[in-house]
Amino acid sequence: MIGNAKPNGGTNAAPGAPPAIAVEHISKKYGDFTAVDDVSFSVAEGEIFGLLGPNGAGKSTLIRMMTTLIEITGGKAFIAGHDVSKEPNAARGSIGVIPQAMTSDLDLTVEENLSIYAKLYGVPREQRERAIAKLLADVELTKWRTAQTKTLSGGMRRRLEVARGLVHSPKIFFLDEPTTGLDPVSRVAVWEMLTKIKEERRLTMLITTHYMDEADRLCDRIAIVDHGKLVALDTPLKLKASVPAENVIEAQFAHAPPDWERMLQALPKVNSVQSEGAGMYRILSAGTATVTALVECALSAGIEIKSLAVQSTTLDDVFVHYTGRQLRDEQVKAYAFVMPARPGERA
Amino acid sequence: MNRMWAIVERELRKFLRSPALMLVSLVFPLIQLIVLGNAFGGKIRDARLGVVDQDGGAQALKIKEAFNSVAANVRTFVPVYYDDDKRATADVKNGKIDGALIIPPQYSRRVYEKEQPRIALVVDNSDNFMSSTLEQKLAELTEALNTPDVQPRVVQNVALQVVELYPYIEYMKYLLPGSITLAMFVSVMIGGGMLYIDDKARGVHEGYLVTPITKLELILGLNTAGAIKAIASGVVITVVGSLISGVTATFHVQQAILLGLTILVTSLAFNTMMFLFMVRVEDPLVPRATFGVLNTLLFFPSGAIYPINAFPKWLQAVAIADPFSYAVHAFKALLLKEAGITAIWHDLLFLTVIAAIMISIATPLFKRTL
Repeated sequence: MIGNAKPNGGTNAAPGAPPAIAVEHISKKYGDFTAVDDVSFSVAEGEIFGLLGPNGAGKSTLIRMMTTLIEITGGKAFIAGHDVSKEPNAARGSIGVIPQAMTSDLDLTVEENLSIYAKLYGVPREQRERAIAKLLADVELTKWRTAQTKTLSGGMRRRLEVARGLVHSPKIFFLDEPTTGLDPVSRVAVWEMLTKIKEERRLTMLITTHYMDEADRLCDRIAIVDHGKLVALDTPLKLKASVPAENVIEAQFAHAPPDWERMLQALPKVNSVQSEGAGMYRILSAGTATVTALVECALSAGIEIKSLAVQSTTLDDVFVHYTGRQLRDEQVKAYAFVMPARPGERA
Repeated sequence: MNRMWAIVERELRKFLRSPALMLVSLVFPLIQLIVLGNAFGGKIRDARLGVVDQDGGAQALKIKEAFNSVAANVRTFVPVYYDDDKRATADVKNGKIDGALIIPPQYSRRVYEKEQPRIALVVDNSDNFMSSTLEQKLAELTEALNTPDVQPRVVQNVALQVVELYPYIEYMKYLLPGSITLAMFVSVMIGGGMLYIDDKARGVHEGYLVTPITKLELILGLNTAGAIKAIASGVVITVVGSLISGVTATFHVQQAILLGLTILVTSLAFNTMMFLFMVRVEDPLVPRATFGVLNTLLFFPSGAIYPINAFPKWLQAVAIADPFSYAVHAFKALLLKEAGITAIWHDLLFLTVIAAIMISIATPLFKRTL
């Protein structure tokens, strides 16, 4: 496994500072079934840490153990220095949690939802109104404060839940698949909002997701989990670099000479060149140096490049490399009843 | 305890934003009160009684005059005259008439000669209520016919004089205590059962569990909210039901205080009982599937619609363990008899003990984790 030797990744944590989250040989068993198997990692203060894996990989079980929702079968988890098994309430006071399901009260207004949770977290009355007003502004829901939650779109409800998780100003924020079920525009809006909030509040975030682009965009470090085991852990860049994958270069040239394919083949790190007609070539290379060399070669030969597209290694390649399969939505055993949408409730 | 009140606030706000749920919990018991109260409370009127006069004498005429008098006054039955006893009996069988009285030949002669005069009543005993009403009414008429025209100066027979402690209680009034109890139970079924499990399934409780709220605060919050909803249902049905059925005791200060106390204790007992039933349930279908059974098992043996003394022994045993019985008994005592605390203290004690036992069992079963 890569990355375990450098648990704090590239964050702005002070040297020697204790980790915000430390998980030591944690495991969870349901009878004979092991949902999480001897997982260890730590998350530095101010870091955004991603747990990446397919449905049923054990991500939610991991996050539920860390947030005191389920008991730990073996190992230990420390949140802000508190052992979650021994001091669960102290741990709860330090964290904000956004569960996978949207759990805001649909019949309550936006403001009421936040107010109830502020009271549950024991936020003093004089701070409550100020904190709620600030959060509503942060998640751009101020003008919806008196609207019933069931009238909000899915993206707005997710933003409300983010605000709800931060109503007591926690230092550590857990988000379990925060953008699942959202449309692309809402997903980008949530990402931007999380990035902004993280910077403003100097939050430590732990995000589970099965979206590669989400993990790539948000996370300082990523742990890939499969079948309850941690199979890789490092920064997105290093994870990609660790995979022996090929770049795909697709280029179209105007008036290419007859020996152009041979010349392309001679470029550095090129593994294969395939002509696809109409001046279009598909080049597989083992490194980024090929692109620079290709441009220089075309310029010196006076050949016009009509189009150029480079597809480098993605986290999908990383995932396939470490788990041996494509990221998929596995059919998992549903343990909970899924409520049908109520009249007036937006899906 | 502030966290507990946050749970209560959430539950009540949610309840108040769901008028459909409030209506369901109030309307069903009220409909039951009105429909059952009117359907079961009345006396038989205008039953069709066939009369076959095979005698034609003066004594038979006396009977027919008595029938005409009943038809003109209390209207229990209307006589329909037949010539043929076989046709009258056939009409009883096929439901055209509700009964047939046959005055046999020589009836008048036998009356004069005191030679065991008899008249026959043919009834359709597949309808027990109708047949027993006709039997009772005709027994009264027969007794009147047997009464001598001149009474002896000293009464020789033992007479029973009934002294009724309370004014006549219509069936709708009799049903009101059961309707109040049922309304509170329906409220608990919806609020403490269905909505509680729905919230669990939707993940709302997951949101609570990651906050620093303690197990005790959570249990107290959920139960207090459920009890408040049941109290609101109980108060509304008591007032509205009293106005509909004409029970005035509700509006006397002392009775109102005792009613409030009974509603409070009943709501605690019902809510903690429901909390125990649902404490480990996860599937929202379970409360929906079991509530019909619970309703039947708890409501009908309670004496709300029929006296417990008329039950077989095994059903009386169910009634003894049924919290409904004690709530219904207390409401009856307060509403129908205008009784004081001495008549209901044992009911209140039983319901309080039930609440304490239920919450004591449910608390260790309640999981602070998923």
